[in-house]
Amino acid sequence: MTWTWFHRLASPPYVYGLAARLTPWFAWPAALLIVAGLWGGLVLAPPDYQQGDGFRIIYVHAPSAWMSLMVYTTMAVAAAVGLIWRIKVAHAVAASCAPIGASFTFAALVTGALWGEPMWGTYWEWDPRLTSELVLLFLYLGYMGLRAGIDDTQRADRASALLAVVGVVNVPIIHYSVTWWNSLHQAPSVMRLGKPTISAAMLLPLLMMLLGFTLYFVAVLLVRLRSEVLARERTASWIREAVSA
Amino acid sequence: MKEFLDMGGYAAFVWPAYLVTLTVVVLNIVWARRALARSRAEARRRLDVRGERP
Repeated sequence: MTWTWFHRLASPPYVYGLAARLTPWFAWPAALLIVAGLWGGLVLAPPDYQQGDGFRIIYVHAPSAWMSLMVYTTMAVAAAVGLIWRIKVAHAVAASCAPIGASFTFAALVTGALWGEPMWGTYWEWDPRLTSELVLLFLYLGYMGLRAGIDDTQRADRASALLAVVGVVNVPIIHYSVTWWNSLHQAPSVMRLGKPTISAAMLLPLLMMLLGFTLYFVAVLLVRLRSEVLARERTASWIREAVSA
Repeated sequence: MKEFLDMGGYAAFVWPAYLVTLTVVVLNIVWARRALARSRAEARRRLDVRGERP
């Protein structure tokens, strides 16, 4: 097995060019999937037998919540790779993830509150799922605050990576919170072992939104990654070509 | 159309949820592009200072 691909992925000029070329390949499918998913979720899917049209919040709430966890996991893995192999590009990936993840964690909390009020009778409850998701938001904000507080990029990379890696224990806690403890929040109906417990007409738009948001994340990450890579390469000669275009 | 906008009486919850999420989606694109433009301008400025830009 050759490791050249791995070494190339650690090379800033290669990654900068690759990210620029790949971005549209993720952005356009994401846009199509999200538009189709919105149409399917808002128009085609039938109303829920208990929640009526209120259940349609799922098409923005579940993808936001998925993003909050998936982006954090990506960030923690990239941070660990950066710590272990001292790869600058990996730290750049981790740093790029944080603002995206934080904003979608915020969206998951707000859309969840807007769903909770009509269905549970409350916007907020100090419930295991809701509280652990709020902790996730604080982890993201702590990570960003820590980075912003350290001027030296290398030191910021290492300190914030440690926080990201330690904080990853919260991810399974959030996911399993609804099965480990009594929670107002429902148990998973899609991300579970066995068949989903949601009808196909409702499920399909949801899967499109989940995939669309995931591709969207990669596209936004690639744009941010180029910015982070540039900021880390103060003197390299390839930058001249990269920014002269 | 009115029926669609009414969302079976849940309009006050459904539409704000969609609005918040789509705002976050759009803002992330704007922020990412702005960050890249800033980094590029910053890199250009550094090259200018060192007189290295062709």
